[in-house]
Amino acid sequence: MKLGDITIREAIEGLRTKNWRPSDLTEAALETIKATESQLNAFITVDAENARSRAHELDAALESDPEIIDRQPLFGIPIGLKDIYSTKGLKTTAGSKVIPDYIPPYDATATKRLKDAGAVIIGKANLDAWAHGSSGENSEYGPTKNPYNLAYVPGGSSSGSAAMVAAGDVLMAGGTDTGGSIRLPASFTNTVGIKPTYGRVSRYGIIAMASSLDTIGHFTKSVYDNALIMEVTAGRDPYDATSADVEVLQYTKELSKPVKGMKIGIPREYFTDGVDKKVMERMQEVITILKKQGATFEEMDLPNTENAIACYYILCPAEISSNLARFDGVRYGQMREMFGPEAKRRIMLGTHTLSAGYADDFYKKGNQIRSMIQHNYQQALSKYDAIITPVSPTPPFKLGERSNDPVQMYMSDLMTVAINIAGVPAISVPAGFVNDLPVGVQFIAANFREDILYRVGHAIEQETGYYRVRPQFVS
Amino acid sequence: MSNTATKKKQQIPKPIIGLEIHVELKTTSKMFCQCSANYFGKKPNTQTCPVCLGLPGALPVPNKTAIDWVIRIARALNCRINTRTKFDRKHYFYPDLPKGYQISQYDQPFGENGHMDLVMDDGSLKTFRFRRVHLEEDTAKNIHEGEDTLVDFNRSGVPLVEIVTEADFDNSDDVKRFLEELQTIIRYLEVADADMEKGDMRLEPNISILMMSPGEVWDGTTFPDYKVEVKNINSFRFAKMAIDYELKRQQALLEKGETPKQETRGFNEKKSSTVSQRTKENAGDYRYFPEPDIPLIEFTDDQVTEIESHIPELPGTRLLRFHNEYGIKISDAFLLTRSRSLAEFYEVVVKQLTSELSDKNEAEIAQKVANMIVNKKIDTNLHEKQFVKKAKEQLEGKKTDMGALDTAVNSVIHDNPQAVDDYQNGKEQALMFLLGQVMKKMRGQAEAPVVKQALKERLQ
Repeated sequence: MKLGDITIREAIEGLRTKNWRPSDLTEAALETIKATESQLNAFITVDAENARSRAHELDAALESDPEIIDRQPLFGIPIGLKDIYSTKGLKTTAGSKVIPDYIPPYDATATKRLKDAGAVIIGKANLDAWAHGSSGENSEYGPTKNPYNLAYVPGGSSSGSAAMVAAGDVLMAGGTDTGGSIRLPASFTNTVGIKPTYGRVSRYGIIAMASSLDTIGHFTKSVYDNALIMEVTAGRDPYDATSADVEVLQYTKELSKPVKGMKIGIPREYFTDGVDKKVMERMQEVITILKKQGATFEEMDLPNTENAIACYYILCPAEISSNLARFDGVRYGQMREMFGPEAKRRIMLGTHTLSAGYADDFYKKGNQIRSMIQHNYQQALSKYDAIITPVSPTPPFKLGERSNDPVQMYMSDLMTVAINIAGVPAISVPAGFVNDLPVGVQFIAANFREDILYRVGHAIEQETGYYRVRPQFVS
Repeated sequence: MSNTATKKKQQIPKPIIGLEIHVELKTTSKMFCQCSANYFGKKPNTQTCPVCLGLPGALPVPNKTAIDWVIRIARALNCRINTRTKFDRKHYFYPDLPKGYQISQYDQPFGENGHMDLVMDDGSLKTFRFRRVHLEEDTAKNIHEGEDTLVDFNRSGVPLVEIVTEADFDNSDDVKRFLEELQTIIRYLEVADADMEKGDMRLEPNISILMMSPGEVWDGTTFPDYKVEVKNINSFRFAKMAIDYELKRQQALLEKGETPKQETRGFNEKKSSTVSQRTKENAGDYRYFPEPDIPLIEFTDDQVTEIESHIPELPGTRLLRFHNEYGIKISDAFLLTRSRSLAEFYEVVVKQLTSELSDKNEAEIAQKVANMIVNKKIDTNLHEKQFVKKAKEQLEGKKTDMGALDTAVNSVIHDNPQAVDDYQNGKEQALMFLLGQVMKKMRGQAEAPVVKQALKERLQ
């Protein structure tokens, strides 16, 4: 059995039918990692010993109490976590050489909830350092490669998380999305990536990039798996004052509801000449599929899209510069000179926009624009159940293609950042391939309506089966 | 002599002093986490968690009690409450500031524009204004040990109320009186111990002098082009010393035609002087912006009213009421109201005694009890009941044993025929002599008026 060939749902089923035990799942993970990791570089840390002992503990627990699977929905499931999630006792680097040996004394809430649900943490995923990037090339531990074509980027900043799920190293990987860092890599790696509503999943213990924009999401191969994870991680956390006190829905049940009667908006601002023709074809196929199932589509306007991007590049670096202030080398970590060029760029930009004389024009104004954009999205999403857009104007690009041009790199985020400003949830689901490279489609829904995203994603997935197209190099 | 020289000689220095006071709230837990806020005397770095250590990924969650209490303080100081408010990040680098920023308040503090009316020692009434009252977190503590600096994070994150006054002070005595009253008010509110020696009340005065022409009245809005901040003041007594020293130092410079340097100076206890300090923090640009990890805070008027209901009668008001209601002198009323528990004890005892001693009125009792307490005639640490008992004894006086008195009077008359004779012949002093003798025989256990009456009756 290879993890690349099964879903979480199937893995759990296999535990029930005694096809395998938790330690078999963990071994499968470690075997695939052994075979692929030297080329893929999806992990910063592989915690083999602890994963094995944990899996053995679970073997024993399952033996003595078969019903434990009912209480722990991720029992024995091998997972990875973006190396920005605090994991107690396990090195956490944020992909940077500023904290190469930092071992958190506590678990992030998301980490804890996944552990409590029975998951086995196989290791920490590679990422653009401090989550600054769209390709994985800003990692100070070497870039991660795209399992579908090793010459290409897997997208970032959750590069390793996406790659490890696509490669079959693990069945789920935690990521973060502040400007597209889950949706873009999901789109580039034929995986399902969710950006939840801001506040849906606790940020406690996740190294902060931009506090008012960071969301905690994850990668899986299937939509059902993704919904299952959401049921575990979502919900109010007393340790995060910005976490929402909103009911967590039963997403796994909601997703099988038909899409018939759903009204989906097609925003003109996102379907311009700037989008690659072949990517457009993928979008068209998705629209056709959903139309056949009874969804209706309508062209509409999402105003202030350009303003949203400008707004993001003011607010985001400002908060980054503040959140990175704690890395002063006094109690742990290296000196601040060790920050990489992209981090330094953002710190300088952010500090400037917050400084006296500029803060009103930049930060304050940025916040006012944010309110405007939130209003626009709420208005739009009151008329439509969902909005469809491409995730990226282009298919995956080659390693090195954009890494010398930061502004070009920022272009990768055009279709994704406005959603973070708006705070609403969005998902990327596989929409096929262009030159054998994966392309995803993005759906956006109203606040706390992740259920709609899973519904529409599931419909496409069931019709196309794209998630079963496995990367060649792994097999 | 030139005109300017004459002019300068004639100029009168007007001290302009404003105060920045920090008070640590005695909440159970810290401002943004659940660690214990009671750090005094605890082993270093034993009351910490990811939040107050500023570890990567940690998030602040505000302490509701601390928020209630800062509003309580702000209202007790007559401030207007901002019912829509927020926390802000204040950035600077220092080893005792783990996040590289302090969570504080910038432009929307909890309380603004308050005042305190104070009856000064000479009986005059002065008003001192508050610019703002806000809430923030305390920093860790730097401890210097030889060449090393050690950092204790037990104090990091403890709730701190910052109180800023307007520049309404022009002398150190007023400042001392003000600080003592402020401390008493805060202790009445039961939100802090406000003990300067323990560091849970801190003072940083801003001191400058405006040279004015004789007869010129300060408009209240013109300020000198410099001001000096003084730190490291650990008692009210030192506060007075520091201010007096600074005023003297600044005046000397100004009289020479120099402008004192705008700087931060530290008070040196041993030398009773202030010393220039190297700049320790970037006083420049704090890059304030609203704290994104804490949602905006909104209060309804009802909620503020509820918080206000916990404000007791404050010392200033209580002092005047004691004076007016009980007729005790201001200085006694002042002493009785320095502690809320003592003031309450006083009133309870007075009421109790008034109900038990029907032959005396409340005013008389109130004055006598005030006297007993102020002059320490009875220990106020006694339980109420015991205090009342002892007070009663002193108020009622000794009950004379009439039988014993009779015997004593007879005995004294018999033993002192000459004095008896003198009295009966008109010498009043003889009566006093006989009275003294009876008192001696009674070993003091007799009321003088009763003895006098008994003698008079017998000698008619």
